[in-house]
Amino acid sequence: MEKPADWTTGQEAILYQLCGSCHKPQYFRRGFCAACGSTELSEKRASGKGTVYATSVVMRAATPETRAHVPYNIVLVDTEEGFRMMAHGAMGLKIGDAVTARYATFTGRLVPFFEKVT
Amino acid sequence: MSYITGVGLTSYGKHEGLTSLDLMSKAAELAVADAGLKRGEIDGILCGYSTVSPHIMLATVFAEHFGIRPSYAHAVQVGGATGLAMTMLAHHLVDAGVVKHVLVVGGENRLTGQSRDASIVALAQVGHPDYEVPLGPTIPAYYGLVASRYMHEYGVTEEDLAEFAVLMRTHALAHPGAQFHEPITIADVMASKPVASPLKLLDCCPVSDGGAAFVISREPTNAARVKIRGCAQAHTHQHVTAAPALSELGAEIAIAKAKEISGVAISDVRYAAVYDSFTITLAMLLEDLGLAKRGEAAARVRAGHFSRDGAMPLNTHGGLLSYGHCGVGGAMAHLVETHLQMTRRAGNRQVRDASVALLHGDGGVLSSHVSMFLEHL
Repeated sequence: MEKPADWTTGQEAILYQLCGSCHKPQYFRRGFCAACGSTELSEKRASGKGTVYATSVVMRAATPETRAHVPYNIVLVDTEEGFRMMAHGAMGLKIGDAVTARYATFTGRLVPFFEKVT
Repeated sequence: MSYITGVGLTSYGKHEGLTSLDLMSKAAELAVADAGLKRGEIDGILCGYSTVSPHIMLATVFAEHFGIRPSYAHAVQVGGATGLAMTMLAHHLVDAGVVKHVLVVGGENRLTGQSRDASIVALAQVGHPDYEVPLGPTIPAYYGLVASRYMHEYGVTEEDLAEFAVLMRTHALAHPGAQFHEPITIADVMASKPVASPLKLLDCCPVSDGGAAFVISREPTNAARVKIRGCAQAHTHQHVTAAPALSELGAEIAIAKAKEISGVAISDVRYAAVYDSFTITLAMLLEDLGLAKRGEAAARVRAGHFSRDGAMPLNTHGGLLSYGHCGVGGAMAHLVETHLQMTRRAGNRQVRDASVALLHGDGGVLSSHVSMFLEHL
């Protein structure tokens, strides 16, 4: 498969796949729909809007590169497109908060970073 | 039909200078002797993995090292659920008549064989390589995410979680082989260093060296009549991003199947051995398994329900949280302790009645589950 043009390859975008057969969205990219097996997938760009599902602030990191960023907030966000994703988030985010994505640099890489919608 | 005919367990903590094979061999030697068998009578070997010394054929490496030429051998990898998954497979292998005596073994010098950071990095790789690992999560962070959600949905507090750490430590104090021998309080847990919120250092199991082994046989080989009544697995996801809702996790699926297969009900159970990589893991699994109502496991700890003299003694050796966690062997210590309790060999830790036991293992981030019922005949 071609590499996606999204944050995982250093570009400011969150992409997902939408199944043309069962209409389920999927975030982890693959050549078929994990829900129904169909290969009729279209690639979509997510709005970056969502709701916080879970959070964990990492205080003890395991590598020198990640330790330089401590503390950082790992969040699971339920996007408005209907898939869940892991990202970084602002400190103090609470479960249920409406959030929107910007991007930050972490260990020299681009990562999605969610902030509360004000 | 299958019986757990022998068990072996090393102390957990530091075993300076010992390799994974050394620790596996020590535990295996104890288990084979406990079953009253000779090495040559073992015709099947199942082993786990070692993150310190990875090998594509660890079971045959071990068989050669230990001096056995089995007719069935391979490694199994299901993270923290590996020990019970191997036991389940051994049960089916002897029941089907493929082999007579399966040696199940796990051991690793995870503490002294590599740096703690190397261990944490290796384990974090259970995350998705493209969509999770680049974000710098650790295993405590994966479980921290689950904990934040569980606490939000069911009103569980950090003080509630601390109860499980104190309980496991209290139990470990009675076991000379445990990694930790100092008592701790709720205040100690609350004041321990933050690792990945809401989890603090004392909410997390340690990294240990150690080994554990059992022999699973078609027929009893000695006076220990510990029968595997039934077991079942469930695998709902690998990555926490892809986990189902809290009410749809694999523990509930696995236990429902195990109950159906074995005909055992939770009300029959007298002893529980439940995976406890973190305090949240134990709290959630106890509630998923039906050993406490939703959000009420901590209250049951406070009431003494899971203590040695309580109605449902739990992990009386101290669990992963305080006996220690050497990888695959970690949760195998739960089964060794269960066997000692069932055969009334637990010494000062002996419970009144361990005639029927429930064991549960979890691998990944609540990804893979194995539930098992044992009965002492």
